[in-house]
Amino acid sequence: MAFLEANNIKKSFGDTQVLRGIDFSMERGEVAVIIGSSGGGKTTFLRCLNFLETPGEGTIVVGGEEIFNAAIKYTDAEKREKRLRFGLVFQSFNLFPQYTARENVAMPLKLRLFERYATGLSRREKHALKKSVRVEAYQKADEILAEVGLADKANNYPCELSGGQCQRVAIARALALSPDILCFDEPTSALDPELTGEVLRVIKSLKSGDRTMIIVTHEMAFARQVADKIVFIADGLIEEIGTPEEVFEHPKSEKLKAFLHNDEL
Amino acid sequence: MSFWQVTQLLLEGFGQTLLLFALTLVLALPLGLLVSFGAMSKFKPLMAATRTLIWVIRGTPLMLQLFVVFYVPGFIFGTPIFHGTQGRFLAALVAFVINYACYLAEIFRGGILAIPQGQYEAGQVLGMTKTEIFFRVILMQVVRRILPPTANEIITLVKDTSLARVIMVMEIFCVNEVSILSRGIIWPLFYIGAFFLLFVGVLTILFGWLEKKLSYYKV
Repeated sequence: MAFLEANNIKKSFGDTQVLRGIDFSMERGEVAVIIGSSGGGKTTFLRCLNFLETPGEGTIVVGGEEIFNAAIKYTDAEKREKRLRFGLVFQSFNLFPQYTARENVAMPLKLRLFERYATGLSRREKHALKKSVRVEAYQKADEILAEVGLADKANNYPCELSGGQCQRVAIARALALSPDILCFDEPTSALDPELTGEVLRVIKSLKSGDRTMIIVTHEMAFARQVADKIVFIADGLIEEIGTPEEVFEHPKSEKLKAFLHNDEL
Repeated sequence: MSFWQVTQLLLEGFGQTLLLFALTLVLALPLGLLVSFGAMSKFKPLMAATRTLIWVIRGTPLMLQLFVVFYVPGFIFGTPIFHGTQGRFLAALVAFVINYACYLAEIFRGGILAIPQGQYEAGQVLGMTKTEIFFRVILMQVVRRILPPTANEIITLVKDTSLARVIMVMEIFCVNEVSILSRGIIWPLFYIGAFFLLFVGVLTILFGWLEKKLSYYKV
């Protein structure tokens, strides 16, 4: 059984069926890059994995544990616990503007650490715990910010950072919660062309760190470099899947050929 | 009547004015937040009820609401529940709190709706609970956005308190009318204007300072 298995994922918005039965699997440490034209369902699929959309049908299994089954209604608490298997980096960063880079990374981590350790503690002990998880979270935040090359920006607010730096903070924030699978939704689409390089370099460095990643992108050159497998989604279905060489050099389906041809123009 | 005597009387009245203002503010702010949640509720009957309340409160004169709160309980229970000076004050307070909570609720609702969906989604994928997302992520951004319109509403409240005189709450205008105007002395009316101007001036400076304090980041 593969590390991640998404089976027969279907999703409709009103009468429009956006995902028409996606079957997708990947191993631990793999990098899958999803390509395809806009409106094809790439982003919706990623959002389904992260519980931002609820598929109408299908199951999601991670590491042998079924974390989603469309037949079951999950409580908010269950969803919260299960979605932490995944991390998501948004196209538009979605950093919290009122917090510094360090606080953006540390705050969610601090809350989860506190939740994990706080059960059964007295009020006094909880007070002490609050301080210790704060220290722990800030330490970890600083480490990860250094990892993405932003050690010197820890005290800056998002408005004081460039788009590329913001996206790197967003990546750090997702990494802080140590998700099994890190997802990127067009991480460079909102950036000026000269700023995409720094973000792509960070993502590449994560690959060498053996992270399991799913990346939706329009950067074909980057996809080719970083992907273990390329997934081409069109009209709500996986149309073609294979190594970068197979997909880019020897496309089989007509839709993929047309898509790649358009991209060259 | 000497200037000093007039000042003393008016200060007494203005004390009541400020007390009514401060208590209304302290109670209407949190109540307004609750009303705004009601108006945005996914539970349709609650939403409809809240929006009807807002419509009625915003759609009728505050003066009428003061009369209703003060007199109607007496008709219903056969005996008035707001007795004496304190009762009148309390009735005015109830009317003001409900009225301002509804206006503030609409400001809050606007501020909450203005926060991009991405902020909620970011909180969700980071495993935060709904409460955590609201208090740690959303609220501060809302406060910043709604500060100018809220300041506006609060300044209006300072002056609206004078309506309480219609049920004989001894605020500054009532005191003036009973003890000063009744003797044919007119000039203190302008003096009252100065009281309000001064107080609103202080509020304006305070809100300006607060706004500056909150703009340490750009959106």
